[in-house]
Amino acid sequence: MTDPLLETRALSKSFGALAAARDINFRLERGARHALIGPNGAGKTTFINLLTGVFLPTQGKVLLEGRDITTMQQSARVKLGIARTFQINRLFRGLSVLDNVYMAVAERLGAGAQMMKPAGMRNDVVEEAMRLLDVLKLSDYAGHRVSELPYGRQRLVELAIALGLEPQVLLLDEPAAGVPSTESHIILDAVAALPKQIGVLIIDHDMDLVFRFAERITVLVGGAIFAEGTPKEIGADQRVRDVYLGKAHHG
Amino acid sequence: MSAPAYDLGRHPAALALVNRHRLRVWEPLPWILALAFYFAFPNHLGFGTDLLVTILFALSLDLALGYAGIVTLGHAAFFGAGAYTVGMLAHHGIWNEPISGLLMGASVAALIGFASGLILLRTTGLTLLMLTLCTMALLEEAANMGEKYTGGFDGLPNLPIPPLFGLFEFNPLYPRVQYLYVLGVLFLCFIFVRTLVYSPFGRSLTGIRENVLRMHAVGAPVNWRLVTCYTISAAIAGIAGGLWAQANAYVNLSTLSLDRAATVLIILVLGGYGRLYGAFIGAVVYMALSHFLAQVYPTAWQLGLGLMLVLIALFARNGVIGLWDMLRNRLMAKGATMRATKSGPS
Ligand SMILES: Nc1ncnc2c1ncn2[C@@H]1O[C@H](COP(=O)(O)OP(=O)(O)OP(=O)(O)O)[C@@H](O)[C@H]1O
Ligand SMILES: [Mg+2]
Repeated sequence: MTDPLLETRALSKSFGALAAARDINFRLERGARHALIGPNGAGKTTFINLLTGVFLPTQGKVLLEGRDITTMQQSARVKLGIARTFQINRLFRGLSVLDNVYMAVAERLGAGAQMMKPAGMRNDVVEEAMRLLDVLKLSDYAGHRVSELPYGRQRLVELAIALGLEPQVLLLDEPAAGVPSTESHIILDAVAALPKQIGVLIIDHDMDLVFRFAERITVLVGGAIFAEGTPKEIGADQRVRDVYLGKAHHG
Repeated sequence: MSAPAYDLGRHPAALALVNRHRLRVWEPLPWILALAFYFAFPNHLGFGTDLLVTILFALSLDLALGYAGIVTLGHAAFFGAGAYTVGMLAHHGIWNEPISGLLMGASVAALIGFASGLILLRTTGLTLLMLTLCTMALLEEAANMGEKYTGGFDGLPNLPIPPLFGLFEFNPLYPRVQYLYVLGVLFLCFIFVRTLVYSPFGRSLTGIRENVLRMHAVGAPVNWRLVTCYTISAAIAGIAGGLWAQANAYVNLSTLSLDRAATVLIILVLGGYGRLYGAFIGAVVYMALSHFLAQVYPTAWQLGLGLMLVLIALFARNGVIGLWDMLRNRLMAKGATMRATKSGPS
């Protein structure tokens, strides 16, 4: 059996007395379209932070294609192809949209350490950043300062930055949260158009989106995996309905 | 993936990025003014030399503080390291050729910047501020106690600095050579810093300042970039210190003092940090004002300076350059609306 793209074994994380991740055994396959759902505070974002190296786990392992990356630095994981978007925008707010994407593409192409050449003369970086903005229909805003954009557009910049890293594993933390429904299709289209071989893990509270997009769903409750299966199985699971789907209308 | 070339020319934002580093028409102006000063005020070249050294020192701080967001109150550590390196080598008869001496000063400062940066730059905010302060205090105390080598409290006077290129004599009373020499070094360092801040490396420093977490998440080796930047900044501060020692032909504890570190910080905030020319404007305004105020109100001039700083901190966070930008934007916006109302609805 070949190793899965990304795997965790008995992954746990405690913040003091609070167990935000408990004994999570999780697999993300190549080309997966996987969703992670769960009530507020279930530990979904914490799980992504563990995968990307923002936090080190209290216990357990993270493996990328069978390779142990549990204690690896964030930047090194990015170099291996793990990219993410943040639930709450983390952008270079004072810089232009183009500059934001430039930053990501420059790091991927190894331009970031270059000192003696003007940034604008790295045409490869600029071109690729512009192409990405075209795909996400952001090129009209390329020169705008990020802080001037409406929140929905800023979400797109988040996605553009992650895509600029050409990831193998893409972790999307509620990518469409706060995006007006008239624009959310741009994000979903972009996600749907990703190269087949990328493994995508998406967190979202929008059940329509989740059930349409995902081929597999993991339900997280209280930091532990509560259920996992195909959308059909999860949709039919009475326990899941009780703890989560039924409550989602209130959350 | 090799896609066809993207036509950057058809997009204004891309074009702006591609051309961002181009020289603007006014950029030769400071250098013309500096040369004009040389001819117009032959009796104030001592002041002028001091001003140029201060600009270089502020420029080095701008790289660390303004671009990378490294909050430091101890930058005089590197100024002093450069000054004492040049001073001690000359005083003890080991080495006194000016240009290579300057490079040695830069190297020592860079080494201290690198070593301390490896540890300090893991911290941020107040901790970082305190640690930079401590590093400087340590060096100052070392210079104070190592009397045999550093001259202790009195410093090292009458440094024997040979003529520049074996031709141009440094005359402490009539510092024409010093002025041009410092101007030349400042120019070279400025070209270097300017290149650096417009490079992808410089952009990544801005990225770290704007949002460290995001910078980690795009795979940038943040700590390494900061250490590199801090080391370069230290080297340039060391050059400034070395110039100071050579131009004055002495070195003393003031080069390592909190007073110097705080003054350069004030100058940078006054001029506008992270703007490249903030160092120039800040140094000119600060030194001209303190010069002027000290003559008019010999007893209370620092009060006036302090008052102005409070005003800047309250109303012009981005310094004089920021103020100028704001005014220009206002005027341009006004012009645009006037043009729009004139041409009427289209
Ligand atoms: N850095 C931290 N320090 C302490 N506690 C934390 C930290 N990060 C998260 N937590 C706690 O861990 C628990 C899980 O939080 P997390 O953000 O992972 O939930 P989530 O499933 O993403 O929720 P939401 O749907 O609201 O985004 C919460 O109780 C939260 O308060
Ligand atoms: Mg979350």
